[in-house]
Amino acid sequence: MDSPAVEIIDLVKRYGGTTAVDGLTLRAERGAVTAVLGPNGAGKTSTVEICEGFRVADAGTVRVLGLAPALPELRPRVGVMLQAGGVPPAMRCAEWLRLVSRFYARPLDADALLARLGLTEHVRTPYRRLSGGQQQRLSLAAAVVGRPELVFLDEPTAGLDPQARHACWDLVGELRGAGVSVVLTTHHMDEAERLADHVAIIDRGRVVAEGSPASLTGAERQLRFRARPGLALEELLNALPAGSAAKESPAGHYIIEGLVGPELLGTVTAWCASEGVTADDLRIERRTLEDVFLELTGRELR
Amino acid sequence: MTTLDFTPAPGAAPFTRMVFAQARAEVRATLRNGEQLALTLVLPVLLLTGFSMMPLIDVGGSRVDFLTPGVLALAVMSTAFTGQAIATGFERRYGVLKRLGATPLSRAGLMLAKTAAVVAVEVIQAVVIVAVGLALGWRPHGSFLSAALLIVVGTAAFSGLGLLMAGTLRAEATLAAANLVYLVLLGAGGVVFPLSKFPEGMRPVLEILPISALTGGLRSVLAGGAALPLVPLAVLAAWAVLSLGLVSRTFRWE
Repeated sequence: MDSPAVEIIDLVKRYGGTTAVDGLTLRAERGAVTAVLGPNGAGKTSTVEICEGFRVADAGTVRVLGLAPALPELRPRVGVMLQAGGVPPAMRCAEWLRLVSRFYARPLDADALLARLGLTEHVRTPYRRLSGGQQQRLSLAAAVVGRPELVFLDEPTAGLDPQARHACWDLVGELRGAGVSVVLTTHHMDEAERLADHVAIIDRGRVVAEGSPASLTGAERQLRFRARPGLALEELLNALPAGSAAKESPAGHYIIEGLVGPELLGTVTAWCASEGVTADDLRIERRTLEDVFLELTGRELR
Repeated sequence: MTTLDFTPAPGAAPFTRMVFAQARAEVRATLRNGEQLALTLVLPVLLLTGFSMMPLIDVGGSRVDFLTPGVLALAVMSTAFTGQAIATGFERRYGVLKRLGATPLSRAGLMLAKTAAVVAVEVIQAVVIVAVGLALGWRPHGSFLSAALLIVVGTAAFSGLGLLMAGTLRAEATLAAANLVYLVLLGAGGVVFPLSKFPEGMRPVLEILPISALTGGLRSVLAGGAALPLVPLAVLAAWAVLSLGLVSRTFRWE
């Protein structure tokens, strides 16, 4: 009965001759955290800003809470955190949050929210004198102060120190717990893995893979170990089930991919014994979203 | 630590509350900005006292009676045009207009709040300038309502011109241009130097400037006791319609 939080079908956005978003299709469910993961310039911000009603799509369909993004009735229901700026430089931290809170019918208490985000000491500090991380946290506070159903967070942890990053992650977790739908963009795979129910990996304006973090990374696992460099892997490959892969990268570090289970582990250790090699630091790991991205695009995420 | 209930409870505040909150924030920002205060309050008062007390200009009568209406017009221009153009230009540049666009405060509400803030600052300016004028021996004549109407239409004209700049030029260009225009209009708009001192051929051009219309209109009411000077009022109304019409077509929020 409920429409999804965000539904994007075949979205296209061009700037002059450049196509920033190139037929992107994405669905963000209600009450879930959806991460849009991709490198800089992949079209993340363009996509989000079309959903926020700031930009107009050149083609395709976008529905936010079932409505056209520019409709005024969405404004109270949707919280927005811009990638940067948006606050008058001379405005004091608490003044800004109180001002924004007065635009809503049932806002959160501004002072309590500032305390929650560790900004209590800076309530009287003008925006321009806040550190980058403090500015980000104030923008995050302004995005949620109106008790929205859906929040868009554009690179919420860019420039944050690790502590502030975890505070932000905790807040996103709390929002999700309270039933708020969250759509965030990031180029940190650990952020997407940690926060998101659903991850859409985008590159060059298209979704190249999507799913839960586990479904994206979990099917294939890796076996890693260290040994002396230059081992001949052909023989090992012959012994492994079809579809497995083995490589040495960098020298002395071996990665075996395939159906990693007891059988494969046994084959590898037996091969090591026959080669007279002791495998050090042998472990089984899941692939990361970073590996997935590299595989899909042939490029690094950052 | 305080527990916060993030359970969605969306809703917009009543329109008047949003506009009032935004207007209050804008007035506060203006009064806190030293440069803007110098332009809107200190300079007009200095011009009024300086030229009233020293016989530097010949106006063919009481100097303070001539100067006070001109300085009131200047105060309107400094707030509605110069101050508003610069502040709005930088709000656009810093993404403030964009961010506010994501709140329930509509663009119409934002413009209403800006207007209310301009009027509130003008009231403060008028109180100070009238008090200083009276202390210097100013004896106003004429209808208060006529003067107020001229100021309202003048405010609309200057706001339109200020927003036209702020919504199209880069913030730095707006800053430079708004100050330049302010200085030119201060010199050539009959604020301090009577238009009769300018060459005959220039006067028709000078008289259709918005500042000359406001200065001349206020002067004919407050010094001459005229009922309602229709020509200056029509000139100001024409500027208001023209500039606000252009603003609605050209203003870029980002």
